[in-house]
Amino acid sequence: MKAKHQRLVLALLAVVAIVGAGLLAMSALKDQAAYFYTPADAKRDHVQPGQAVRLGGMVEGGSIRRAADGVTIDFTVTDGKDTVPVVFRGITPDLFKENSGVVAEGRFDASGRFVADNILAKHDERYMPPQVAGEMHKSESLETGAKVKGGRT
Amino acid sequence: MHIFANPARFLQLARPLTPWLGWAGVVLIAMAVGAGLFITPRDYLQGESVRIMYVHVPAAWLGMAGWSGIAVASLMQLVWRHPLAAIAARAIAVPGALFTAVCLATGSIWGRPTWGTWWEWDGRLTSMLVLLFLYIAYIALAGASSERGESSRVAAIFGLVGAVNLPIIHYSVLWWRTLHQGQSITLTKSSIDSSLLWPLPIALLGFTLLFAAIVLMRMRALLAQGKVEARLKRMAEA
Repeated sequence: MKAKHQRLVLALLAVVAIVGAGLLAMSALKDQAAYFYTPADAKRDHVQPGQAVRLGGMVEGGSIRRAADGVTIDFTVTDGKDTVPVVFRGITPDLFKENSGVVAEGRFDASGRFVADNILAKHDERYMPPQVAGEMHKSESLETGAKVKGGRT
Repeated sequence: MHIFANPARFLQLARPLTPWLGWAGVVLIAMAVGAGLFITPRDYLQGESVRIMYVHVPAAWLGMAGWSGIAVASLMQLVWRHPLAAIAARAIAVPGALFTAVCLATGSIWGRPTWGTWWEWDGRLTSMLVLLFLYIAYIALAGASSERGESSRVAAIFGLVGAVNLPIIHYSVLWWRTLHQGQSITLTKSSIDSSLLWPLPIALLGFTLLFAAIVLMRMRALLAQGKVEARLKRMAEA
């Protein structure tokens, strides 16, 4: 074996070993590196009340209610399996709406309700002009609270 | 590749190629950005901020492609001792770092109106920031060893090991729940409507050509610098 080939084999073995180790480590991280809990995860992992966590999922259609003071809202986050009621005081991002992704930062209270300090909207990977979106979601209008039917997730 | 073991032959090709690549890149970028700003429609949810995509996606691609280039060049340096490999890797590092920074900055500007935050420590954002730090470390390491006048074998090993971050960036949105959205474009389909998508490949090609021109320019500069240093050394010894 020439020295060149020896170096090639050595370098490739090293690369395979390093990449393999990296991938193993990262896939072992899986749940710890998740950015948020879904309602089902939070239940499974018995997240303690008062522990600061992020809760993510979809805002359930028709669940957003605004309190009389104008800044408090409550809504339901769902992941299809479980739901969690969320209450939040403050300003929500423009993209926060029903049947749309959301990540709430805050903590559970003793009654199982999630008290959010901050709301982030999660955008999905679908990009389209308003005309196309309009055709897909004819029922959607600018009125807030209108229940959206359609496939947007 | 062995043809270019002779730097003179490489320069013969690189000198005329640089302006062609650079200007073609600039023209394509102008076309794509112009189309992205004035022709394509706005997005139904994001509104006008969707237009950041035409810079953000090419910047992300070049940030990752740049490190892939460094890794390949490092392998060629370690295994075949190709004389241009170390120079190519050093030449890629600075524009690679720059495009990674552009990707992070444009993403942050997009994130504020869309997500409601400038920065979040999710898997995709964090692994991309790690890539920027890897670039900065690589530049420092390669610069330090070239100043001492040795071939930068440590930098080459670092360039190879750093490549482990590339699949992590790519799969971060699949492995972990992240705030960053999943892949919009795979090899077979795209969830971006075609009326929004078409300038993106033009922008990708344009920025890539510009990147290649910058790399060739920097390689020529590094070769010239090496020549100057060698001559100064001879003069000092004489």
